[in-house]
Amino acid sequence: MPGNMVTSEFLVNVDHERCRRCKRCILNCGFGVFDFQNMTTADSSKCVACHRCVVFCPEEAITITRNPLAFREHPSWDVDKRKAIWKQAQTPGMILTGMGNDLPWLNVFDHLLIDACQVTNPSIDPLREPMELRTYLGRKPDSLKVERDDGKFKLDSKVANNIKLDIPIMFSGMSYGSVSLNTHRALAIAAEELGTVMNTGEGGLHKELYPYRDHIIVQCASGRFGVHSEYLNAGVAVEIKVGQGAKPGIGGHLPGEKIGKEVSSTRMIPQGTDALSPAPHHDIYSIEDLRQLIYALKEATGYKPVSVKIAAVHNVAAIASGIARAGADIIYLDGFRGGTGASPAVVRDHVGIPVEIALAVVDQQLRSEGIRNWVSIIAAGGIRSSADVVKAIALGADAVGIGTAALIAMGCRLCQKCYTGNCSWGIATQRPELTGRLDPDWGAERLINLVNSWSLEVKEVLGALGVNAVESLRGNRERLRALGLDESTMDILDVKPAGR
Amino acid sequence: MAFGDQYRTWKVDTDKVPAACGLSGVISEDGNRMSGEMIIESMRVIHDRGNGLGGGFAGYGIYPENAGHYAMHIMFEDQAGKAACEAMLAEELEVDSAEEIPTAPSEAIVDPPLLWRYFALPRGEKVKASGLADDDFMVRLVMKINTTVPGTFVFSSGKNMGVFKAVGFAEDVGEFYRLGEYEAYTWIGHGRFPTNTPGWWGGAHPFNILDWAVVHNGEISSYGINKRYLEMFGYECTLLTDTEVMAYLFDLLIRKHGLPLEIACKVLAAPFWKDIDADKDADEKELYESLRMVYASALVNGPFAVIVGYSRGMLGLNDRIKLRPLIAATKDDLLYVSSEESAIRQICPKPDRVWAPNAGQPVIGRLKGDV
Repeated sequence: MPGNMVTSEFLVNVDHERCRRCKRCILNCGFGVFDFQNMTTADSSKCVACHRCVVFCPEEAITITRNPLAFREHPSWDVDKRKAIWKQAQTPGMILTGMGNDLPWLNVFDHLLIDACQVTNPSIDPLREPMELRTYLGRKPDSLKVERDDGKFKLDSKVANNIKLDIPIMFSGMSYGSVSLNTHRALAIAAEELGTVMNTGEGGLHKELYPYRDHIIVQCASGRFGVHSEYLNAGVAVEIKVGQGAKPGIGGHLPGEKIGKEVSSTRMIPQGTDALSPAPHHDIYSIEDLRQLIYALKEATGYKPVSVKIAAVHNVAAIASGIARAGADIIYLDGFRGGTGASPAVVRDHVGIPVEIALAVVDQQLRSEGIRNWVSIIAAGGIRSSADVVKAIALGADAVGIGTAALIAMGCRLCQKCYTGNCSWGIATQRPELTGRLDPDWGAERLINLVNSWSLEVKEVLGALGVNAVESLRGNRERLRALGLDESTMDILDVKPAGR
Repeated sequence: MAFGDQYRTWKVDTDKVPAACGLSGVISEDGNRMSGEMIIESMRVIHDRGNGLGGGFAGYGIYPENAGHYAMHIMFEDQAGKAACEAMLAEELEVDSAEEIPTAPSEAIVDPPLLWRYFALPRGEKVKASGLADDDFMVRLVMKINTTVPGTFVFSSGKNMGVFKAVGFAEDVGEFYRLGEYEAYTWIGHGRFPTNTPGWWGGAHPFNILDWAVVHNGEISSYGINKRYLEMFGYECTLLTDTEVMAYLFDLLIRKHGLPLEIACKVLAAPFWKDIDADKDADEKELYESLRMVYASALVNGPFAVIVGYSRGMLGLNDRIKLRPLIAATKDDLLYVSSEESAIRQICPKPDRVWAPNAGQPVIGRLKGDV
């Protein structure tokens, strides 16, 4: 009987006329595709199309193609479904995957168009006029008291601690353990340079990164990995991670192979043991429990803002309202396209809702309750470009989080094999021979370039919209129109169809 | 294009209508009353800034004999609307007197609605039951009438002041309402140039809520969020134009939140971060930083020049990069603000001082004593 009925996804071809047998491909492939017996050989079944070999081959001798193997077409039994069945018939277990949802669900962002000024209100040239992106995250009072004192105006109210961002883009939580320390280093350097923040994810913060504390949000998740009082105070805010867009409702599992010495001491767990995050926080079984944790963290940090990260699920508006009333200062909404280091494919691809929809209903719910000022909203999970940033802010986000986009900037090819720990680009791996490949300064430079490019583009669009501050775009759905969305979706988004 | 055709849609359609315009305003800080003829003459000069699709005025101090009552100016499409509205008024208010607003019909003003004014106070027991202050009670009543009574629109609701507006050129509107027969210590006027839909009576400026009357030249690019922000505080923007958000923002910031007028201006036309960051006065820096944090959604972005009337004064304000014209002048106790210097010189040939206020810097005239 055949041992493996799953055919290769990709075919690796080495042009032996061009190959000068330097063996760089063998060294570079994290998945062990290449071997050398008188000449370079390739085992296509192991290839994930991460392109590391292609990029590093000095002779451009390697090509990777999709396996053209013909399958009899069947509209409901597409090839991926057949392959999944072969895999699960071969070894029982869930099919694991990495990164975000890769099924072709409707992408609402791609059905929204942005307005611009013509004649009746002038557009503004961002090269000539100030164009302001500064954003404050955290609780704001409903109003301020200002007294006139001796001809001078004086503020007679206190505004709670807020996080000041120079740009409304932050780096989403990706844990040390799922990604390498060099990845965390690059994110921290870039966050500092950009005047924004990175989020530690649930794996604690390596001591070496404490000096970046003004640009870090520390996360406290169900596994409590690396959570201690010094850690809680090693950032500008604390985030309680309740859920993640890629895997709403389920926990996490970092295999013991990834728990080396540094990860072990950062996470405060023994080397080589699996790091299991429970599905729920075992001290949060209802909203009043969440409130207790929020205030415990505030007490522990001298009342820094507390963010609560939830996956976008069906009832997200009511949940968000409860979170706001439980005392959170920031609600981080992670849509169903959000990335992950590892998730069962069934959950990643079928659970949750798009962040565009979640954001729209949460913003509206908080407004209809008159409590929108109490919390800031971060939209994440599927932000792919500056256009998505603009659209998310117009729908009501205070800022957006980017994770996948940040990894792509540092070389990630979206091969979706993060859970194997073999990342050839040195990002989602702890293998020392691989992690060294990501130079933190090089990674940071690329992140800075990316985010600065997006900022320029956001400013250009703001200028076209005739506004010179991002707060005039925030929640301004009047400047969006929908093309090709159904009535009820437009109603939920509170966006009119193009032409109206 | 009078009252009838448009009103059916403005109750449900909340699209804004871009408009450009001409403005003029004058206040006597000593409280001397001036004939409405003066503001008509000023507006006549800037005829070309309007296109005949809306003109209007507000005068303060015009009803000294009824100064204690809310003066409600209401337009009705027909008798049915009037009857329905009056029934609602009778239930909520003690109406002291009611009369048709005197007009001088002319060819320039076509198809006017029924125009009435009511001097009234809220019924004590109703106010008590509502748990609101008088002013809030009145705001709620005005919103209720404007959104629920068909063909009916309250266009003025302050005390000892009144708004007069119509479809037509400003000077024709002023003559239609016989403004020469009124005397006010503050007058503001407006000629409208809406750019993509017919004007309608309710959509002319000034926009008024209680004490605030706003005339506006501009298009609020931040309208969508300003509107949603105001909705959180119970204001409903239903009038087809973005100018009403200005009126409601002033009402919210000053009357409800108690901010000083100058500070409200710093919310609407916020200073730039670069200037706040450079401020060496730490208290002031904290003040402006906090204002921008808390009132981010009240920043009015896009080109605007506004003149705002209120019982104790008059304000002129430009957007934060001055994308629309605004000129000010003084002569003795008089402060003038207008879109064009010509409109000021028409009624004040030799001002003491004429200047162009800087972007975002309010020009404020205040009554010195009681009137």
